[in-house]
Amino acid sequence: MLGIRCAGLVKRYGDVVAVAGLDLAVELGECFGLLGPNGAGKTTTIEILEGLTSPDAGEVEVLSVPWADREGAGGRALQERLGIQLQETQLADKLTVEETVRLFASLYRRSHSVDEVLRLVDLEDKRRSWVSKLSGGQKQRLSVACALVSQPELLFLDEPTTGLDPHSRRELWEVIGRFRKAGGTVLLTTHYMEEAERLCDRVAIMDHGRVIALGSPPSLVATLGAEHVVEFALADGAAAGLFTADLAALPGVRAVRTGPERTALTVTEVHRTVPALLALLERRGAALSLLTTHHATLEDVFVSLTGRQLRDA
Amino acid sequence: MRDHPLGQLTLARMREFYREPEAIFWVFGFPIVLAFALGIAFRNRGPGELRVGVARGPGDSSIAAVLDHSPALAARVLDPAEARAALRAGRIALLVAPGEPVVYRYDSTRTESRLARLEVDEVLQRARGRTDPAAVRDERVTEPGSRYIDFLIPGLLGMNLMGSGLWGVGFAVVQARSKKLLKRLMATPMRRSDYLLSFILSRLVFLVVEIAALVGFGWVMFRVGIRGSVTALALVTVLGALSFAGLGMLVASRARTVEAVSGLMNLVMLPMWILSGTFFSYARFPDAMQPFVRALPLTALNDSLRAVMIDGVSLAALGVPLAIVAAWGLASFSVALRIFRWR
Repeated sequence: MLGIRCAGLVKRYGDVVAVAGLDLAVELGECFGLLGPNGAGKTTTIEILEGLTSPDAGEVEVLSVPWADREGAGGRALQERLGIQLQETQLADKLTVEETVRLFASLYRRSHSVDEVLRLVDLEDKRRSWVSKLSGGQKQRLSVACALVSQPELLFLDEPTTGLDPHSRRELWEVIGRFRKAGGTVLLTTHYMEEAERLCDRVAIMDHGRVIALGSPPSLVATLGAEHVVEFALADGAAAGLFTADLAALPGVRAVRTGPERTALTVTEVHRTVPALLALLERRGAALSLLTTHHATLEDVFVSLTGRQLRDA
Repeated sequence: MRDHPLGQLTLARMREFYREPEAIFWVFGFPIVLAFALGIAFRNRGPGELRVGVARGPGDSSIAAVLDHSPALAARVLDPAEARAALRAGRIALLVAPGEPVVYRYDSTRTESRLARLEVDEVLQRARGRTDPAAVRDERVTEPGSRYIDFLIPGLLGMNLMGSGLWGVGFAVVQARSKKLLKRLMATPMRRSDYLLSFILSRLVFLVVEIAALVGFGWVMFRVGIRGSVTALALVTVLGALSFAGLGMLVASRARTVEAVSGLMNLVMLPMWILSGTFFSYARFPDAMQPFVRALPLTALNDSLRAVMIDGVSLAALGVPLAIVAAWGLASFSVALRIFRWR
């Protein structure tokens, strides 16, 4: 049995195609990430799977329940098994943490006790605080608490850590980790590469409503053919593209990508490429204004596939 | 033990309401402040002393003295310019110009001025020796329920039922929609009927407090009683509250923003504030408008409330207005259900 299966999923809003024929298969017990820039169709996809938006075409099965069975009582029975956190929901300001969780718990036939859920998301000491008094990270954990309260088999998280500081982000990752340890299945969307690499067993990289790459984070990074990225920019702004062929010939270089400001080399061995690069630039009389190296990430995968940066794509 | 979803939804509704100080003021405080202010301003002391002016001229002070001597009049000698301004601004009801003949200058469309005309003429004619051909005797009565405050309190009750029904339901629904809280709830197994019922239930709970506060205030402050049965009053108010909750649901059924729904609610309420006889009798509107005015839910509710509180009429005699109130509620609720935007 699959957690989620969809095939040929299409959703249009007027002339805009938000989801353009999407295929997905999420195994039970796995944490699956939808990764992509804003407007890639991640939220539309997850809201269709949650049952909040109806698809224009394609097949959708969540926990083996097909879309057609989600009307009325069948839909309610499925919702009992799902935990959902929406990107934009603001919970009622004037209710306390405890009252909010209790309200959500009452809507499900089977639920955790308030204490259990607050322990899960580490909000026990805030139980009597009004929602309006919580920090961004605490609000987000409360939102996840409302998703976890029904003891769901499948948890949907839509950009759970957007706008949070690094500390709050890590706290939320721990909450998700605990849910997974207990055997839960997670589908999350994010545009943070680090988050996807840390949390997800597999990710689907989305762009313009389609999956453009699919696999585990290490295997996707491996498709770059090298583990490191060297980026540089020239002081006088001169285009390094003039000698792309020279760059490609440097030892250890697998790929060269020239952008308007920076040039990026995908390399296997930084310690061999960098001295050769410096020597080449010196021969050409070009001065560096920037030189950085980092481990290749999903971000680099996205850039190599689309030629755009994730953040500003 | 598992909490009942309807119970929890209703509790959430009530908490959100009573934790909002502004809401408390507008629902409970404002009608009482209004009743107090209007009750004081229009308390029954009769027309009181009528202010009249005497234009400067030969014999002005003796005329003023005669007029001022009457308990119903307060007279002053004024310069011509001053007198004109006072008459225009309504500071005096009538201006007496001494001479032969004596001239009364006043606006005959003003009730107060016509009273002053009668009173002044009476006093002046008597002072010059007129005698009454027939003997008469005055017998003064105060009919309970005939004061302005007796008229006002039921009207304020009706207005309050309308305001809190529309705001309490409409505003909360649209706020939940605009904050995507409604969408979040739709992602749970919650029954839609539970969601809507929670609004109705919380309205009924607050209704008891609202009515008790205003009726209690009317009694303690102005001795405004309830002539009919308390049960009848309770049933009329419950029906009114349900009807306006339905109207609130309708107003809120599509709106996405709080601004939009506020505009819609004012659009619905404003005509009724003016037309439905809350502060003054709607009989003042022309005959051609009467069928329209009477078809408004607040008019029918105010009529029913006054009939029970002032005249002690039984429910059975209120079939038509109560049917109008119920019909508005049912119609708006069923339309609202059809067109309600759940996400």
